[in-house]
Amino acid sequence: MPKITAKDYRVEEPIDWCPGCGDFGILSALQQALAGLNLLPHQVAIFGGIGCSGKAQYYVNAYGVHTLHGRTLPYATGAKLANPDLTVIIVGGDGDGMAIGAGHFVNAGRRNVDLTYILFNNEVYGLTKGQASPTLPLGLQTKSLPEPNIQGNVNSLMLAITSGFTWIGRGYAYEVRHLVGLMQRAIQHPGLSYLEVLQPCPTYNNLHTRDWYAGKDLEDGRSRLYLLEEDGYDPVIPPGASSEMIAAKICEFTARAQEWGDRIPIGVFLENRSVPTFEERIGKRIPTYRMAPPARRPIADEDGRTITDLSGIFAELTMA
Amino acid sequence: MNEHQKDLAWRVGGPQGSGIDTAAWIFSRAVAIAGFHLFGRREYYSNIMGRHSYFDVRVAHHPLTCHRNTVDLLTTFGSEALARHAISVVKGGGIIYHADSADEPLSRISFLDARARADLEAYLDERGLPHSTAGLLEDARRRGVQTYAVPYDEITSALAKKLDVPKAVADRTVNTIAVAVSCALLRHDPRYLIKALEKTFPGRPKVIHMNVQAIELAYEFVQTHFDTRNFDFRLIPAEKIEPRLLLNGNQAVALGKLAGGLTFQTYYPISPATDESVYLEEHSNFPTRNGAPGSVVVVQTEDEISAVTMASGAALTGARSATATSGPGFSLMVEGLGWAGINEVPLVITLYQRGSPATGMPTRSEQGDLQFVVHAGHGEFPRIVLTSGDLTEAFYDAAQAFNYAERYQVPVIHLLDKALSSTTQTVEPFDVSSIRIERGELYTPPPGGNGRGPYPRFAITESGISPRPFLGQPGGIHWLTGAEHNTIGIVTEDPVIREQMVEKRARKLELALREIPLDEKFKVYGDRDAPFTLISWGSNKGAILEAIECLQADKISARLVQIRLLWPFPKDELTPLLKSASPLVVIESNYSGQLAHLLRAQTGYGANYLIVKYNGRPMSGQEVYSALKAIYEGKSEPRVVLRNPYE
Repeated sequence: MPKITAKDYRVEEPIDWCPGCGDFGILSALQQALAGLNLLPHQVAIFGGIGCSGKAQYYVNAYGVHTLHGRTLPYATGAKLANPDLTVIIVGGDGDGMAIGAGHFVNAGRRNVDLTYILFNNEVYGLTKGQASPTLPLGLQTKSLPEPNIQGNVNSLMLAITSGFTWIGRGYAYEVRHLVGLMQRAIQHPGLSYLEVLQPCPTYNNLHTRDWYAGKDLEDGRSRLYLLEEDGYDPVIPPGASSEMIAAKICEFTARAQEWGDRIPIGVFLENRSVPTFEERIGKRIPTYRMAPPARRPIADEDGRTITDLSGIFAELTMA
Repeated sequence: MNEHQKDLAWRVGGPQGSGIDTAAWIFSRAVAIAGFHLFGRREYYSNIMGRHSYFDVRVAHHPLTCHRNTVDLLTTFGSEALARHAISVVKGGGIIYHADSADEPLSRISFLDARARADLEAYLDERGLPHSTAGLLEDARRRGVQTYAVPYDEITSALAKKLDVPKAVADRTVNTIAVAVSCALLRHDPRYLIKALEKTFPGRPKVIHMNVQAIELAYEFVQTHFDTRNFDFRLIPAEKIEPRLLLNGNQAVALGKLAGGLTFQTYYPISPATDESVYLEEHSNFPTRNGAPGSVVVVQTEDEISAVTMASGAALTGARSATATSGPGFSLMVEGLGWAGINEVPLVITLYQRGSPATGMPTRSEQGDLQFVVHAGHGEFPRIVLTSGDLTEAFYDAAQAFNYAERYQVPVIHLLDKALSSTTQTVEPFDVSSIRIERGELYTPPPGGNGRGPYPRFAITESGISPRPFLGQPGGIHWLTGAEHNTIGIVTEDPVIREQMVEKRARKLELALREIPLDEKFKVYGDRDAPFTLISWGSNKGAILEAIECLQADKISARLVQIRLLWPFPKDELTPLLKSASPLVVIESNYSGQLAHLLRAQTGYGANYLIVKYNGRPMSGQEVYSALKAIYEGKSEPRVVLRNPYE
């Protein structure tokens, strides 16, 4: 079999993001990441939300599902649980995921299904022309806001860890090579992965721009972004970790997840291997789950007759 | 049953949490095991403990299709049940009550609402009786009702002593004792009751043993304290006992789904739908005919939005996928319904209607969602709406819903109601071998691998149906989107493609109307040629069938047209029946006559009479009969509201 390359994941469709949009970097990283994992395109399903980021799935040659606003996670969960052999990736924006989709985000964390959720964070609603999203800090005023942001922001990394996501990372749209590695680790992680990608919106977010992330306004002109892995940070919670260790890890995580401003960490924040996946939990209740998952379990014989045998249940219900 | 009546109406009532449901199931099993047919109806408040609930079990040697307003034998826990139901007990009937409830002022019964209390007080005033359970019992005795005071504590104390267990443990048998007292009065052989306990508590020999001892004490008590010869009603078992299933509506649907190949079910807890999913979860693993284990994955989601979208996601992979909900949940599911519509997702939604709007009456029945369901969603997209009239139909329809969903690649809504979900009934065994699984037009990938390039999932076809690949299949890559799209699923705003896609989707319903067999569209009962035409849907069927029988006894012929396919509406085949209808009577459990509106909109025929009930309770055969009789005799207004303040 010839080796899969990023080209296999490209499509002919014209891409209608604004020139200079950070989404291009994320898209390129995603195509490279999937190819690098040697996955065949048909083995991958990408679920997009509503908004600019939700269009990313059209630009990847794989099964693409453009869902409803905020509902990416349940759609993806259904597909993954029904066919656990599918590689399921979710792409969505900060408005989609942290506002209308916040309830699903929290509850997805409680399940730990083996999904990879990539959140494109540009702090604004682009496609509806620049309103503040739930990740824009209080008091900031991007150019399309008539007044400074009156609502506070959610820290999505913190929300992810309290909800139960077992892999949490952050990348930057213009650090494509680094992002490819993060995506691959997120996809390979058995369990629910959350990858936040900082993504400058060149049209509506005039505050957190590419130059701002590069630290051009800082005295030393040093990039705001630094790599966790180069800073000696260890994100791993091993299987069977003690509660003390988990508590210590969460403290370290919290300290890093709060950093914002002149120094912003990117990299892997958490890799928790101590929590069973939802698929494993189902497998305990349904021993044949992996072998015959809902998408593939035979339900009829050659004549189309149902193969379900209800005679045992009927015997319980039979009165005689 | 006695010499005047062909059936017995037994009712057990008491505070929620006191085991009314268990008592009713034990009684139901004890009579079903003896070969009786039965029809059970359950009424309860949206409350965990304390509020009044009751269960009617009607028993006969012929199939029963509905409950009766009147009661022959009432057994009560606590004074509220006595207060609420004593006046419904017929002459010659009996009331079993706790000795402690013999004289309770109505004003001291905390959950007896002001309206019910005022009504009862007025009733007692007319008869010069005190405002208390003693007054109601005295009234019952004057009307020829036998009253039986049972000192439950004495019996359970005796049981505790006999078995050397704490009194609190023996007290758990109170329900069994109540049922046993009923059975003893009805001179029902206690061995049926013992068999019923074995069915109720399988694998719990200690519990069974204790309850068997309780039965003995209860029978002994009845024989030594009451003169059973005074009691008119008795249960004489069938000569030949035919095995029948005893189950409720939620179970019938769950089993139909399993037979139909369900492999993935989602739900968010909501009355009265939840029991179906819980039952499915209890049966997550089951055998199959070819020896491979069968299974269904059941996921409790965070809300109904998640339930419907998760089920859709699963359906895209080829799983037969469903969700179950009630009106408020369906309201939330509507955005997901539209998505399934435009993406041609075969998704089954089981919808148990309850008293609405908003929270409405969560544990009471209504048929208020018909118009909503056939139109739910913004924009236009095809859906199929099925409705079942009884438990047997509910079973087969639940299985068939998947065939329709996959054949036409549309969401299918199986529209039921609380009355049917909580109906318990003996039914003839279901014939699973008659169920066929039709998966519709599927895309088969070319042998040898992964075709490059997108697959035209939404190809424009004459039938409107495009072969469907599953997510993960080689060669089938395409996109799905809530937006209008081209054949491979890419968003488009092209006016020509838009028209083609709208028309393609619409054609599927035309095909469905051509293909769906007539008796799955509607059924005709009674005298097929009678002009007196009753049109209805859903759970009212049973009451109307009984009413037709009563009319027959009066030499009045009538026919029932039971609509089973609500959308697409089978207007063409219905027209000849409507043309010959005189008068045309529409019967349904809502205020506005939603089926009557649909009928007029679709066929141009309007109802001459509308019989409706919207107090949250199902119709009884008696009330439908009375309304129809008045119509037949020309003594009725065009709109008849069925009312019963004692339900």
